[in-house]
Amino acid sequence: MTGNVNEEDLHAFVDGSLTDARRLEVEAWLAAHPADAERVQEWVGQNQALHAAFDSVLNEPLPIHLVRAARRQASHTPYKAIAAALAVVASGLIGYGFGMVSAQQVVNSPMASTQPFVRDAAIAHAVFSPEVRHPVEVEAAHAEHLVSWLSKRVGTELKAPDFAVLGFELLGGRLLTGESGPVAQFMYQDAIGRRVTLYVRRAVAENQETSFRHVTENGVEVFYWIDRDFGYALSGQIAPGDIRKLAGVAYSQLVEVTGGS
Amino acid sequence: MRTRPDLIEHLPRLRRYARALTGDVIRADDLVQDTLERALVKLDLWQPGTDLRAWLFTLMHNLFLNQIRSHRPPDSALDDALDIPVSGGQMEALGARDIHAALARLPDQQREVMLLVGLEQFSYDEAAQVLGVPVGTVMSRLSRARERMRQMLAGEPVVQLKVVK
Repeated sequence: MTGNVNEEDLHAFVDGSLTDARRLEVEAWLAAHPADAERVQEWVGQNQALHAAFDSVLNEPLPIHLVRAARRQASHTPYKAIAAALAVVASGLIGYGFGMVSAQQVVNSPMASTQPFVRDAAIAHAVFSPEVRHPVEVEAAHAEHLVSWLSKRVGTELKAPDFAVLGFELLGGRLLTGESGPVAQFMYQDAIGRRVTLYVRRAVAENQETSFRHVTENGVEVFYWIDRDFGYALSGQIAPGDIRKLAGVAYSQLVEVTGGS
Repeated sequence: MRTRPDLIEHLPRLRRYARALTGDVIRADDLVQDTLERALVKLDLWQPGTDLRAWLFTLMHNLFLNQIRSHRPPDSALDDALDIPVSGGQMEALGARDIHAALARLPDQQREVMLLVGLEQFSYDEAAQVLGVPVGTVMSRLSRARERMRQMLAGEPVVQLKVVK
């Protein structure tokens, strides 16, 4: 007996808003009612089509006028607003757009400004880590496929570090578009739902190795380093000490895979 | 003085929604800009601790509504009753992947619900709050939107219809 399943249940099933018990009942209903099952399948397909069509907008560089418009609210005083606008200009973001490097940004970094890819990493973290239903494009259940797919797209062999020792498990990953081409994002989650993302892209310029650097981008802690041809950025809204540990684990594993240094 | 929230982190999602809603890059970003400007003016009315994202989407919805009203005859398009069921025969076949075209053909109110729920992952309650309608209305619009999309997308992509004249 599955009880009555109505139209609203079918939609709620598609949108993941049923309780586990009710979901099982609806699944049983669908197994016995192929016409409903077919409709539900098509609705799921619609949602997927919407994501396929529009998720890329999330990763577009933000138009500078929108960044300015959003930033204007940071203060009531025109001076600060002007300063904020100038800061956006000064950090070379025209046409690129994301002026969110915060004042406390650079720890032990001699660089005048944060690397764009670090900003991208923090943005990508802020955008995707709150996603409940579509945090990743490819789930960790297909880890092998995920890594080979992302490797192919990014153009070199990647590896998703294993953070199990620190309690974080791989959720999956997605492919993004950075300013210099494709970028892989791996997402991890721990038992209490904290998420961190590792952003990997090929280095653009000549080989610039760096030690760990730490910045805080708009509340997101980012540890990043460049190793041979890759830039890595590990982002999370967790304690800097915790993310430093994760970065250490990632670094040691990734250096192994790229042949040591 | 309380800390004012940063709107920047909401920009990517506002842009995604606006893009899908309007189907046009420029119009979408104009809508986002208007939303930000409205938000600046009204930010003191936002209750800290409540969902800033939902609040921003509410502002955007209201602005979108104003746009529709100012560009269309007052008695059209805003009424759910005008959502006339389309029979299969009247429906031009859309390519199976032509989600853009299908979205554009949905009535505005159905498109909003479809996107808030299916793309932006708002709960039904949140979508109702954003749109200022009862949850039951959200459900009925969602149901009609999905059925209508189904009809449109089910059309075999056999003939690419050419518009003559």
